[in-house]
Amino acid sequence: MGTAAVAPIEVHDLTVAYRKKPVLWDIDFDLPEGALIGLVGPNGAGKSTLIKAIMGLLPVLSGYVRIYGQPLEKQRELVGYVPQRETVDWDFPVDALDVVTMGRYGRMGLFARPSKRDKEIAMACLDKVGMADYATRQISQLSGGQQQRVFLARALTQDASIYLMDEPFAGVDAATEAAIITLLKDLKSKQKTVVVVHHDLNTAEEYFDYIMLLNMRLVKFGPTAEVFTPENLRITYGGKLQLLSQAAEKIARQG
Amino acid sequence: MGEFWDLTIRFFSLADGNVRWVVAGAILLGASAGALGAFAYLQRRSLLGDALSHAALPGVGVAFLVVGYKSLPALLIGAAASGWLGALAVNAITKYSKIKQDAALGIVLTVFFGLGVVILTHIQKSGAGTQAGLDKFLFGQAAALGSGDVALLGSVAVILLTILVVGFRSFKLISFDSGFATSAGVPTGLLQFLLTTMIVAAVTIGLQAVGVVLMAALLITPAAAARQWTDRLSLMVLLSALFGALAGLLGAWVSFLAPRLPTGPWVVVIVSFIFLVSILFAPKRGIISRLRQHRHGRGKIVREHILKALYKLGEQDENWSGRYGISQIEQAWSFSHRELNAALRYLDRRDFIQRDNGSFMLTEDGVVEGARVLRRHRLWELYLTTYLDLPGDHVHRDADEFEHVMTPEMEAQLEELLDRPEYDPHHQAIPNIGREGTQ
Repeated sequence: MGTAAVAPIEVHDLTVAYRKKPVLWDIDFDLPEGALIGLVGPNGAGKSTLIKAIMGLLPVLSGYVRIYGQPLEKQRELVGYVPQRETVDWDFPVDALDVVTMGRYGRMGLFARPSKRDKEIAMACLDKVGMADYATRQISQLSGGQQQRVFLARALTQDASIYLMDEPFAGVDAATEAAIITLLKDLKSKQKTVVVVHHDLNTAEEYFDYIMLLNMRLVKFGPTAEVFTPENLRITYGGKLQLLSQAAEKIARQG
Repeated sequence: MGEFWDLTIRFFSLADGNVRWVVAGAILLGASAGALGAFAYLQRRSLLGDALSHAALPGVGVAFLVVGYKSLPALLIGAAASGWLGALAVNAITKYSKIKQDAALGIVLTVFFGLGVVILTHIQKSGAGTQAGLDKFLFGQAAALGSGDVALLGSVAVILLTILVVGFRSFKLISFDSGFATSAGVPTGLLQFLLTTMIVAAVTIGLQAVGVVLMAALLITPAAAARQWTDRLSLMVLLSALFGALAGLLGAWVSFLAPRLPTGPWVVVIVSFIFLVSILFAPKRGIISRLRQHRHGRGKIVREHILKALYKLGEQDENWSGRYGISQIEQAWSFSHRELNAALRYLDRRDFIQRDNGSFMLTEDGVVEGARVLRRHRLWELYLTTYLDLPGDHVHRDADEFEHVMTPEMEAQLEELLDRPEYDPHHQAIPNIGREGTQ
């Protein structure tokens, strides 16, 4: 698919607004292929917003996103998405395998039934995250970590080249954390590009090859050893930029 | 009374052609409302159904004024259009103002309904003789459905059910996780529009039989009842459709018995009864089953407290074959005598204790169980004082609760973490009897 010359994800001068209030300004980067990239920043920095904007779930005010040089609409099959766990109702009447099979719907056609192969793939992906024994468990009976693994398995069924994961480590148990790390290494060994929204500064350095520091604007992006410095972290976490916040408020009120 | 049975037999024997039409119509209307209601319920848009049905009323009136006579297709189109308008109004209000959705629903519902009543009153006053049917849209009248009406309403219901079955997986996906669906290239917006349109349609075709005021009950209550019985969406939708159909059928029967009574309230009574039975008696989710589980858990707690108390008494006397009276066992707990006696009987039956003239002694099994409970209690106390830095006099209560729910795996983890301790924070020995790796 992607030749070495074209970035898996190119974000060009992207500005994103939530209810007309800009939350991300002039984001601009090219991702390297086959790397584990940690997206780090304080609460309200716009980490999830950036992921959603790349996935086309939010309208952008200006700029564009390219997946291997093409607009997202042409390349959806190359991108797998793991939303935040809290975004769905876990009391919904489906079991773990049902949820994982949903990963195949995108390529099945609206009115098609999942084929035997789709089901086999779903089962294999559940197995990959250590959840094969829970396939027929109703999702509300799973622990938070197990629910997270179900979401990861669903993304794996998409067999994408790029994965965007929104806080997969948030509030999970040790077993799930270990399973996710194994999975990330496995994806890297297959030359997949993975972007992970991450909250824990203690582990960020250890988990990721590249770090993207974000706080309403792109503070720094590069190899972990270069970017993950006390000075850069201070800039990222050193409070909001007052003028930028004020400007955002003004724009929102005008609209 | 004789007339009641005569009419009932005539209704359920389906001998009368007219009755057949009404029955078929009521079942189809109920089934489509129930099935689609399941999705509205799961998407937490139950109140939208209520706003939709109320918002349909002005459309009925306007359609009548425009056409000039009571034409069902025109009335349906009018009702659907103004129902949709109501839904759009709710969206617009929440999007462009700071008013929250609950208030927006309330505003739209009352404004549209009020407008509808004004228009219907105007039609009535203007003396249009043929308006005779319009007031039925308020509370519904199933028995008044003619064969032509049913053919039209029934066809719409069949179409709705067919689309729902064919697109089932897509509707399931967007209802569970619309963000993921969009990211995977599924046309979420289009599907949601289709689903909302179908809900509007299901509400609209039920209006004549059930009425705008109570139509929401046929949409939501069967779904809420069905959810109690199953954790599988396909089964839930099927059950919801069945409950809706049953409510429709019985509503039509009541309407047939007493044609002057409005049907809507009866449908509500019937679905509410189904809901009541479901929420009480459903396995797992039902109230009674949950109470039973709770009682079961409570019984276990009482039993474990008794074994622990007997074990501690033995510990004091350094001999576990002593006999103790109930007042010694009881100590300071807030268990009723009934609970205590039930637990003692149970333990006696299972040979954990021997009872003799109101005094009790642990059996060999009882000693092991008592030691197990006390060990967990003291391990947890030690864990809390060591790792949470809680003072020793703060941990007894927590341990009293947690000892009953601790799993063997957690116990093993605690043992390892605390390095197989010998004493708890109060310098009391942690019992060894039956301990893993101890003889």
